Amino acid sequence: MATTASPAIRVGRGARVSPRRRRFDRVADRALFGICLLAALIAGATIVLVGYQVIHGASPAISKFGFAFVYETTWQPNFGTFGAGSVLFGTAVTSTFALLLGGPVAIAIALFLTLLAPGRVRGLIGPLVELLAAIPSVILGFWGLLVLAPFVQSNLEPFLHGNLGFLPIFGTQQTTGLSVFTASLILTIMVIPIIASISRDLFQSVPPELQDGAGALGATRWEVVRGIVLPTTASGVVAACLLGLGRALGEAIAVSQVIGAGSELHASLFEPGDTLASRIALQFPGALTELHKASLFYLGVMLLVIGLASNLIAQWVGRRFAYAGTVAK
Amino acid sequence: MSAGPGFDPTAPLTASGNLRRRQAVSRAAEIGATAAAVAAIAVLALIVYTVVSRGAKAIDLDFIFTGYPTGVGPMLLGTIVIALVATAMAMPIGVLIALFLTEYAGSRAAGPLRLTLDLLNGLPSIILGLFVFALLVDHKQQSGFAGAVALAIIELPLIARGSQEVLLLVPKSLREASDALGVARWRSVLTVVLPTALGGIVTSTVLAVARAAGETAPLILASSVFDPKSFSVNPFEAMPNVPVWIYKLSEEGNPEGFTEAWGMSLLLVSFILFASLGARALLARSKRKLSS
Repeated sequence: MATTASPAIRVGRGARVSPRRRRFDRVADRALFGICLLAALIAGATIVLVGYQVIHGASPAISKFGFAFVYETTWQPNFGTFGAGSVLFGTAVTSTFALLLGGPVAIAIALFLTLLAPGRVRGLIGPLVELLAAIPSVILGFWGLLVLAPFVQSNLEPFLHGNLGFLPIFGTQQTTGLSVFTASLILTIMVIPIIASISRDLFQSVPPELQDGAGALGATRWEVVRGIVLPTTASGVVAACLLGLGRALGEAIAVSQVIGAGSELHASLFEPGDTLASRIALQFPGALTELHKASLFYLGVMLLVIGLASNLIAQWVGRRFAYAGTVAK
Repeated sequence: MSAGPGFDPTAPLTASGNLRRRQAVSRAAEIGATAAAVAAIAVLALIVYTVVSRGAKAIDLDFIFTGYPTGVGPMLLGTIVIALVATAMAMPIGVLIALFLTEYAGSRAAGPLRLTLDLLNGLPSIILGLFVFALLVDHKQQSGFAGAVALAIIELPLIARGSQEVLLLVPKSLREASDALGVARWRSVLTVVLPTALGGIVTSTVLAVARAAGETAPLILASSVFDPKSFSVNPFEAMPNVPVWIYKLSEEGNPEGFTEAWGMSLLLVSFILFASLGARALLARSKRKLSS
């Protein structure tokens, strides 16, 4: 063996890890793992803490009103009577409306982006639709208040009432344009980008050979969508709609700006109303009694339960049934 | 080929025998889809147009740099401080969570953690407002810090998700090279993996900030009783901020206030649009670079 080691070997020997450094490395490895784990635990703890604080804040109202709070419709802060029935109704109406109108539009947009739009148009319109989601809700609500509501009041509501007035949901219009109807339109604008961007990703995951096969069998474009694209992604699209629903349920600010803050139950969409979230935003800053605050927290608990449930169901549907058709790959 | 349960692939594909009708239906569907896309863009354009045309009138140097009633400087400063504090809290935790997901977590830990992030992301922001109110404001006083905590919770899942996506794109060869040199895990994470992904991490943080900067609901409970005349950088008292001020002006129904609110809306929207468009472009670029 040659005694003069080549420079490369000498470098290798020089860089050999000293025991001290190895010990340090071992500690540092554990430390990094520990810090990362801690961060992950913080995320989990946050959810639990949020749930705890909201329920804790609601506890005076929970012990006073019990479960009846959920369906009781009188809300009279001055008399200390609180019930969530009317806002629960408002929440259900506005988010259902938003989903019924926004869902199909969003899916249509996603179909346009994946199947119809040429590459450059897709690259332009896709991000623009997502920008719609980036507009802060307070600005959307402000726009709704000053631009959309007057338009709804002077054009849309008379038109719908005039032509479809026999339906109780299109009753006599109010003078302000601030109504459940306007709030639903604003929510529609908010859910569209969410559902559209998720659905677009889903539609892109549909294997092209399936679509090409259908096309080769003579299916028209719509028949490819109806027979291949939608069935293979149905569960994912449902999940996307549920996520959109979660957004619509929880929107407080924009809704509170345009819904007109009414406390009664009406069949007509053109009456003012209130939702769980918007009532909290509207009344919390001015809530004087502890019971009023606690009742608003109780609304928060309901919102939290509904929101988490729709989210969990969306996750479950998306995971359980997702990509049933893409197995073919 | 296997398909979903209850799905008969031939059913809708069976020829109905009327080609012209089928083509007309298909054409109508195409037109409908295009119309939907056009409508969404039109709504966006209408909103942006309204904000720009009505807001531009309000904006001048005084508007940006002086306090109420001539300008909204304190609100702008407050929003910047709150966003910075929130990001200072959310970014490290978010990146560490992303590291945990990519470097350490097995599928058993990753599943629940991802679910947690999704649930955090889906929490209505007004709930976070109630949360920070109960935790930090009730029986004490409103503070910019409380608002920042709520915004940090909004940013956290976004940053974690975005960083995780970029970290997953770091080429295996880099890690392997680092392993082959006998470099310890933590060293290769901190000196190889993170720097490679840094661009993507920063841009996803910017996206998260753009999302959080306009949040109003938590701030209404956390930092809404403030003095719009005085500049404040102390996050432990109620800080003036843009979203709450827009909200207040919109509730007041005073035309001059509306102009002011449009001006602030324009500033806020332009920040958000530029930040998210720019960050998106950068993110796409760095992702392309990493995966090529």
